[in-house]
Amino acid sequence: MERKVSSNIFSDVDWVTVLLYLLLITMGWLNIYSAVYNEDHHVITDMSQKYGKQLLWIGTSLLIALIILIIDEKFYTAFAYLIYGVFLLACIAVPFLGREVKGSRSWFRFGDFGIQPAEFMKFAANLAIAKFLSNQFIKISDYRNTIITLLIIGVPLIVIKVLQDETGLAIVFVTFIFTLYREGLSVNYLLLGFTAIVLFVLALMVNNIYLFVIIGSLCVVATLFIKRNRKNLFVVAVVGLIACSMVKGTSTVYEHMEEHQKVRIDVLLGRGTVNLKKEGYNVNQAKIAIGSGGFAGKGYLNGTQTKYDFVPEQDTDFIFCTVGEEWGFLGSSLVIILELVLIIKVIFMAERQRSAFSRIYGYGVASVLFFHLTINVGMTIGLAPVIGIPLPFFSYGGSSLWSFTILLFIFIKLDSHRLSILR
Amino acid sequence: MNNTLSERKYIIIGVFVLVGLAFIARLFYIQVIDDSYKLDARNQAFRYTTEFPVRGYIYDRKNKLLVYNEAAYDLMVTPKEVKELDTADFCKLLDITKDDFLKKMKKAVQAPNSPRKPSIFEKQLSPQDYAALQERLYRFHGFFVQSRTLRKYPMKIAANMLGYIGEADKDMTERDPYYNEGDYLGISGVEKTYEKVLRGKKGMHILMVDVNNSPKGSYMNGLYDTIAQPGKSLQSTLDADLQLYGEQLMQNKVGSIVAIEPQTGEVLALVTSPSYDPNLLVGRARNKNFSKLYLDTIRVPLFNRATMASYPPGSTFKLVESLIGQQEGVLTPETKYPCSAGYAPLGGHPKCEVHPSPLALYDAIGYSCNSYFSYVFKSIIENKKYHDTYKAFEAWRNIALSFNIGRKTNSDLANELRGNIPSIKYYDKVFGKGAWKASTVISLGIGQAEMGITPLQNANVATIIANKGWYYTPHIVKAINDNPNDTTLNRFKVKHNTAITDPTIYDNVIEGMSHVTESGTAHLLKIEGVEYCAKTGTAENPHGRDHSVFVAFAPKNNPKIAIAVLVENAGWGASWAGPIATLMMEKYLNGKVVRKDLEKTMMDANLIDQPKWEPKKKKK
Repeated sequence: MERKVSSNIFSDVDWVTVLLYLLLITMGWLNIYSAVYNEDHHVITDMSQKYGKQLLWIGTSLLIALIILIIDEKFYTAFAYLIYGVFLLACIAVPFLGREVKGSRSWFRFGDFGIQPAEFMKFAANLAIAKFLSNQFIKISDYRNTIITLLIIGVPLIVIKVLQDETGLAIVFVTFIFTLYREGLSVNYLLLGFTAIVLFVLALMVNNIYLFVIIGSLCVVATLFIKRNRKNLFVVAVVGLIACSMVKGTSTVYEHMEEHQKVRIDVLLGRGTVNLKKEGYNVNQAKIAIGSGGFAGKGYLNGTQTKYDFVPEQDTDFIFCTVGEEWGFLGSSLVIILELVLIIKVIFMAERQRSAFSRIYGYGVASVLFFHLTINVGMTIGLAPVIGIPLPFFSYGGSSLWSFTILLFIFIKLDSHRLSILR
Repeated sequence: MNNTLSERKYIIIGVFVLVGLAFIARLFYIQVIDDSYKLDARNQAFRYTTEFPVRGYIYDRKNKLLVYNEAAYDLMVTPKEVKELDTADFCKLLDITKDDFLKKMKKAVQAPNSPRKPSIFEKQLSPQDYAALQERLYRFHGFFVQSRTLRKYPMKIAANMLGYIGEADKDMTERDPYYNEGDYLGISGVEKTYEKVLRGKKGMHILMVDVNNSPKGSYMNGLYDTIAQPGKSLQSTLDADLQLYGEQLMQNKVGSIVAIEPQTGEVLALVTSPSYDPNLLVGRARNKNFSKLYLDTIRVPLFNRATMASYPPGSTFKLVESLIGQQEGVLTPETKYPCSAGYAPLGGHPKCEVHPSPLALYDAIGYSCNSYFSYVFKSIIENKKYHDTYKAFEAWRNIALSFNIGRKTNSDLANELRGNIPSIKYYDKVFGKGAWKASTVISLGIGQAEMGITPLQNANVATIIANKGWYYTPHIVKAINDNPNDTTLNRFKVKHNTAITDPTIYDNVIEGMSHVTESGTAHLLKIEGVEYCAKTGTAENPHGRDHSVFVAFAPKNNPKIAIAVLVENAGWGASWAGPIATLMMEKYLNGKVVRKDLEKTMMDANLIDQPKWEPKKKKK
């Protein structure tokens, strides 16, 4: 067992990634300052204000990052299941033990500060998935293994959704489908998911009768182009039936959704009359803030829509509005590009791993970051339903920043040992 | 297997990049292409407040204040921003009913107002009401106060000359985009003609507000704000004391006085009666008062008779007639004509009074002999040098026009009537081409028939005679912001000559006018220490008793004031218009009036409420 002897723990750290990380959190911090700018407390380190607190979160995050880099990388593989278990327990316990804050039952409170275990469930689940799938005897194409993997992902999803009623935090786990796809999950699952979303939207927008006719005719057309043996005809029939039942099921699913979720979907799809003072307010204000930024933006601290509270949650879930308003098209595109560069960098780093564990974990990091970016930015520009999840490294909040830091730095740590032998 | 799976990274990266590109495309659309969000942002985060400039003050020729401003406050509402309003409390504070409130809100929402645009909710709150409201205004989202200035008239004189202020209507805003609906602007009088001078320039402040509509300071530290520029002050040519005196003399009479300084064309007094207190057309009671004045069809107080009423000039036209006769070479001071209590060639019409006959020019003017001037008119129209009635008539008319009769004086008094001297075309239409001659239209010779002249024009005729042939366009403003050379006033510095420039021609007429005051129709009206020239007139008119007319200037040498007075349906020129005119001149030239009895008689006389027609009618 030969190991490359490192002169110190930082020698093989990917500094480009770290720099991207530092750049993003700095930009985030400056934007939080602007979003909740208060002339009476203009010192950016004022601890009574959110930008002061965010500085504290940044400091502690850096400390956590350092600790992660110091801890032996074998720790994460060895204790993956344990970590998963501990956080899952915390998630289950929090509705019963935590204090209710603003109607949310997902927080442990320590004085002024609060911790959301569900935020940390992401990296824990990622570790567990990596651990499970990196076992060389496990093939994901085996349906039993698929089910176990889906359980690793699904249990926290259901716990967070059902027990804590945090849709945003729960739905993130869906993103691990990208990891599974990379590890060999049939592309059919992705297509199924994609088709389901498209059919759901169509079923709400278009008269269902037309959809049935279209699906039927597509099936007929399909039979003309394939070899008409019994198996193929059967597949076509099943696909057609599944599609039709999805359409049929849409209204049932929609009816069983909670009222605010229905409304968010209606707002996104522009169904019915959207009252811009009520259900449509957030999205409309977000669009106004971003849209009014123009090409080059209004300039730092010159935004009116976010600073003067027209946009709600402007420091957390809607932080992208501040970017759009004050930095304009240039700034907001830059943020999207920087986030994507980091995500794609992580994917390339994952691909250079010798260890399957590191690779799978890396894909999980990229998937989680991508999902947050998509939903968060998408909802502010009217391309995704409003789901309250933070923009990675930008949004105000200790739990989310810590969680993203841990998620990313475990991978940086694993990556720094990519030249070690296979685990 | 692993290798093929590794290919999947491209699919994943491809999906990620596609989403990123879709977002950037979407951002490009809403940030760069679609402008509607920028407008929405401005609408909700900016509050545009107009800073109304202080309107220019107006002074008289001795710098006595005629018009100044007083602060008032408009309560504005932006309906879209009104929320959580305690209506009952709000109504109580403003002393309005709930119904009023709903009506006003409805008005603020409907076109031309809009829910997003501030409009006036309650107009012109007094400073006291404003103080009470201001303390609690923060609780009424969507409401704010805008300060405005209202006109005040300390001397309460010259209402029609100064004019009044009104609000710009839709029409106005379309004609001149400077105005927004509801802005104040001059509607009549000097306020109208000097609107651009008096109004100044509006300022615009952009204030940022937060979601609760509380102000957050000015946008970009006021980079895009403009400061209101106050309006310029006007120095009027009016003599406030003389004006006041004239209004007192004219009270309870219908008519007007116009007094002009001959050397400059400056209007010293411009009285029209009945008039009104200009303060009535200001403030919250304006509309009520306006309709009251507007609907008063008996007294018509909003009608500026001095410039807008055209009367037959009557005997005062004999002065111009005498000038034309001499100019055309058909009349000398020695020319004599007979009078047999009327114009004999036409069977004693026009009629005349009993006086020595035959008589020459000075006496003809002095006695205002109708017969004499009928002969003169005939001699002008049948002048041998033209061999043609039409040419002679045209020459007569053109000279009269050059005296600014039948033509607007182009003064700075808003709304001026042209008056009338009938044309050849007109008479051809009435009588047929070539079917009329001097005797057909003989009453033109004594200033009757279709002839019309405004009191302002009549005063200008007196000015021309006083100046012996020239005049400056009559005007009411002599300096803008204390600058008498402001370019706006340039047109009042152009000397106009009439068609008659020979001073001796004027001297003869002036001599005749002197006869009027010494031995003629006005010999009973003397001004202590002042020799003056005048002409009485008694203008026949289809509306009732004759109008009493008087034109004069004084002193005879180096005149300082020229005046025209007309009292409607008052009879003889010497009995009403004459005394009033001489009192005015006495007041102006001597600074005080010694004929207190006459003054009292004039001031106390009420000619408005007596019947317009007299049972027995006298003519002259």
